[in-house]
Amino acid sequence: MSKNKTAGYRGHHSYQKRKEAEARSFIRYRCGFTNTIQDVLRQRPGWVEVKEDEEWDFNWCDVGWLRENFDHSYMEEHVRICHFRNYYELTRKNLMVKNLKRYRKTLEREVGHVEAAKCDFFPCTFELPSEYHLFVEEFKRNPKSTWIMKPVARSQGKGIFLFRKLKDIMDWKKDGSRLEEQRDEAQVESYVAQRYIENPYLIGGRKFDLRVYVLVSSYLPLKAWLYRDGFARFSNTRFSLSSIEDQYIHLTNVAVQKTAPDYDPERGCKWPMQQLRRYLTAKHGAHAVETLFRDIDNVFVHSLQSVQKVIINDKHCFELYGYDILLDQDLKPWLIEVNASPSLTPSSQQDYEMKCHLLEDTLHVVDMEGRLTGREKQVGGFDLMWNDGPVSRENSGLETLGSSCFSPNTNLGCFNDRENQLRHLKVLPGQKSA
Amino acid sequence: MDEDVGVNIIIAQVCQRLKGSHLHSHLEKQAKECLHRPEIKLECIKDDVRSFLKETGWERKLQNAVYRELHTLPPPSHTVAPPEHTKEPLSYMRKAQACWEKRILKSLNSMCTELGVPLARKRPVREQKDLVHKWTEMGTNEPDLSNFRPVYAPKDFLEMLISLRNANHDSSDEASCKSHWGLIQVPLNVKNIPEMRKVFVELGLGTSQLGIDDNIHITPDLFENEHVRLGKRVVSEQDSAAAQQYSRQGCPTGLRATLWALILNCGNDLEDVMRYEQLKSGVIHHDLLVDSLIYKDVKLTASNDDYYFVFEDYLYQILLCFSRDTTVLEHFIYNSATPPKSSVQGKQGTEEYALVYPPNGVIPFHGFSMYVAPLCFLYNEPSQLYRIFREMYVRYFFRLHSISSSPSGIVSLCLQFEKLLQIHLPQLFYHLREMGAQPLRIAFKWMVRAFSGYLATDQLLLLWDRILGYDSLEIVAVLAAAVFAFRAENLMEVTSLAAAEAVLADLSTLKVMPLLQIFLFATVI
Repeated sequence: MSKNKTAGYRGHHSYQKRKEAEARSFIRYRCGFTNTIQDVLRQRPGWVEVKEDEEWDFNWCDVGWLRENFDHSYMEEHVRICHFRNYYELTRKNLMVKNLKRYRKTLEREVGHVEAAKCDFFPCTFELPSEYHLFVEEFKRNPKSTWIMKPVARSQGKGIFLFRKLKDIMDWKKDGSRLEEQRDEAQVESYVAQRYIENPYLIGGRKFDLRVYVLVSSYLPLKAWLYRDGFARFSNTRFSLSSIEDQYIHLTNVAVQKTAPDYDPERGCKWPMQQLRRYLTAKHGAHAVETLFRDIDNVFVHSLQSVQKVIINDKHCFELYGYDILLDQDLKPWLIEVNASPSLTPSSQQDYEMKCHLLEDTLHVVDMEGRLTGREKQVGGFDLMWNDGPVSRENSGLETLGSSCFSPNTNLGCFNDRENQLRHLKVLPGQKSA
Repeated sequence: MDEDVGVNIIIAQVCQRLKGSHLHSHLEKQAKECLHRPEIKLECIKDDVRSFLKETGWERKLQNAVYRELHTLPPPSHTVAPPEHTKEPLSYMRKAQACWEKRILKSLNSMCTELGVPLARKRPVREQKDLVHKWTEMGTNEPDLSNFRPVYAPKDFLEMLISLRNANHDSSDEASCKSHWGLIQVPLNVKNIPEMRKVFVELGLGTSQLGIDDNIHITPDLFENEHVRLGKRVVSEQDSAAAQQYSRQGCPTGLRATLWALILNCGNDLEDVMRYEQLKSGVIHHDLLVDSLIYKDVKLTASNDDYYFVFEDYLYQILLCFSRDTTVLEHFIYNSATPPKSSVQGKQGTEEYALVYPPNGVIPFHGFSMYVAPLCFLYNEPSQLYRIFREMYVRYFFRLHSISSSPSGIVSLCLQFEKLLQIHLPQLFYHLREMGAQPLRIAFKWMVRAFSGYLATDQLLLLWDRILGYDSLEIVAVLAAAVFAFRAENLMEVTSLAAAEAVLADLSTLKVMPLLQIFLFATVI
C-alpha cells in the first residue's frame, strides 16, 4: 500500500494549504463502489473524482478499505469519510447485543426499570460459543420456542437457519453438507442464537421487515438524522411456522428472496414506507400508528446511545446506517440488525430514485460545501432526530403550549418534501438554479 | 296526490325488501324481549316499544337499512311498463346489451369447447381437502393458465360502445361545430360544468377537504383535526346518511374503513360470516371455468401491481366466492344486463334446464380483480371485505361494464368525458383527433376500473370517498377530463396515439382533489 494515501499532507505551509483547500472550487472524492453512490457523487456540482494515489477530501469507502487504511491516514480538518473506525460495535450482532445489554444494565441502575425496559426491543440473544451455557438454560426454560442462528459477520441472509431442538445445533455443527470453506470458517466465526419472533405482523399473509435509514454525523455529542423514506420488504411466500426448513419465508432480505424459486424480478416485493404507514393507519387508526413510530424512534436512539461511549468519535466520520426492524402483531418494533453499508443497489427505478435522493441528502448533511448554519432541523429528506438530546418539532400547535406533550421531530413514512426544503439552502456552486 | 302515491309505492317496495331480512327478525326478537322490561307499560305498549328501540340504536339500524334500499331502488316506472324498462328504458340500449351478452357468452362457450374444460365440475374429495388446506394461500398455486384468455378486455367493450346508435336520432344535417367530435355518438343527457358545480358543491374552492387541506404545509388545526373529530362523531352516531354526507369532504385514513361500512350499511355480524362460509364451501365443492379466468386475471393484473401484489391471496378468496353468490342476481332488476344462461350437459334447448352461469351472473373480464384490490387496503377480515366488495359492485361497479342510459353508466361517463373535453379544451381535443389519438381510447380503461391501478392508493381512496359521498360515478368522468387538462401542454406536442399514451401512461403522481377542484370550479365558462 502506498503511503501516499493521506489526504492533504502536512507541510511547511499547512495553514496556507488548508485555506487553499477551502477556497478550492472543487471537492476531490474517492468512491469504492460502482453503483448508485458513484452516480450521485459524479453528478454533484463541484465534485471531482480522484485516482488511487491522489489526495482526497471525501471518501465513500467500503469497510475493507477502512480496516486497512484508516489507521494510517492523516486527515485534515475538512476531510470526511463515511464510516466510524469501530462501526462494528453497532453492526456486528454479537457486539451490538453486548453493548445493548451493558447499556440496559446501566440504565436500570442509574435511571430505573421503566427506562431500562425501553431497551427491550432486541429479541433474547446469546453469543455462541461463548454464551452456550446461558443459551441452553434459556432454551430449556421455554422449550417450545423457535430460535434463529445467525453468523455474526455475514450479510444478505447468508448462513442463517432456524431451529427448535438443541439436537439441530449438534447436527449443524457436524453437518457434512456444508461447504468446506464454511466449515473451516465456522470454527473461527461466532454465531448468535436469537429467539425467533413467532408472531410477526403479516400483510396479505406475508411477513415483511422495514429498512430505515439513520445518518449519524457525530457520536459525541450524539447527532442523528432520520430519513423519511424507507421501505417494507415482503417475503415472497406465505408465513407459517410449520415450514421452518423453508428459509425463503422467514428471511425477508431482498438478496435471499431473489433466489427463491417463485421470485418475480419484475415485481420487486417492496412497499415504500409511506404506503406502509397509510396501510397501518387505515387498519389501526392514527393514534396507534403514531405510538408505533415513536417506539421505532426509541429503537434508534437507544441503540445509538448504547454504543455512544464505545465508538471512537472522530469529527471526520459520519455513517449512514440501514436499520432492519420487524413488527409483531402487537405493533411492537423489534431490532433485527443494523447495517453500516446498507445496500445501494437499486431493485427498481423507483428504488433507484429513492436511493439517489437519500445519498444526495446525506451529502447535504455532511455539508462539505459549508452551506448549513448548524441550526437546521431538516435537511432534504432527513429530520434531525437527536442532537445531544431529543429534538422537538417546531410549530407544534396551540395544544402543546404549556403541556408536557413532546412532539418529536421525526416523520418516518410521511410525505418527503425534500425538494421544498432544499430550496432553502444556498445553491451549490456550479449548480444550475432550479 | 300523485306524489303521495309515489311515496306509498316506494314505502311498499322497501318494506317488501326488508321483510324476512335478518334485520327484521332481530327487530322482532328485540321487541319481544323488551316486553319483560319494567318501563314498558301495557297501556302505551306501542309507543314504549318504539322508544326502547330508538334508545338502543335499533331504530338507527332500521333507518340505515331503509337508506340502503333507497339507493338501489329502481326509479319509479309507469304502471304498464314491462320489467325490462326498469332495467333500461331505452330499447336500442337494451338491444345492444343483449347483443354484447350474446358475444361474450359465445366466447366463453367456445373457449370451454376448445379447451375441453367443463363450465363446472364437482371436485374430487382429495382436491377439496387440498383446497381447504391452501385456502389462505391460493396465490401459491401455479395452475397452467396459458390456454385461457380473458373473455373480453375493456377495449373490446369500447368498440361495442362506439357502434351504439339511436335509430330515432337523425344527426345527418348538423353543422360540424355542433356535432360531437368524440367516439360516442348517442344523444344522452349529461351534466355540464355549471350543473356539476351545483351537485358537487362540497368540492368547491371555498370548502375544505381531505386531499387538499390536509397538506403537510397546512396546520392540521385549520381543518384536519376538526374534520377528524366530526368523523368520530358520525361513527358514534352510526348514521348512514350522515356518513355519506361526511364522505364528500373525504374520509380520514384511520376512519375510512368504518365510514365506508356505515355508508354501505355492511356490518360483519354472524349472518355475514355464515353467508361467507357457505360461499366458501361452494368453492371447495365445485370448480368453475370462471375460476380459471379469475386466476388469470389476478395473475396478470393485481399480482403485478407494485402495491396490490401483497393482497393476491385475498383476491382469490373474495372473487371465487363472488362468482357463486346467487344473491348478486337481485341487482339484475336494475342492471341493464341479464345474467347469461347455460344449459346443463345433455339437456340443451329446454328452458328449465338452463342455469345461470356463473351463479352470480357476472362474467369477469380483464382487470376485474382491480375492483377488489384497493378494498384489501381497508378490510382484513375476508367476510367483511367480501360484504363491502359485493355492495360496491351492486351499487356502482356493475354500471361500468353494462350498456345503459344511467347517468352513472359507462356510456354516459364516456359521453360526459368527451363533451367536457370538447367544450373546455377544444384545441386539445381537435389536435388529438387529428393525430389519430381519440382521447376516449386512452381514458376508457381508467374509467372502466374507476381508476383502480392507475392512481396511487391514497389518491384512489380519496376519489372513491366521493363516489360514495355523491352516490354517483360521474366524478370519474370529470377526473378523466381533468387529467387531460393537466397534461394538456405535453399532449399538444404529440403526433400519434402511442405518444399520447406515453404522456398519460403514469398517473401515480397525480393528486386527484386539486385536479378535480380546479377543473370544476376554476374553469372559465
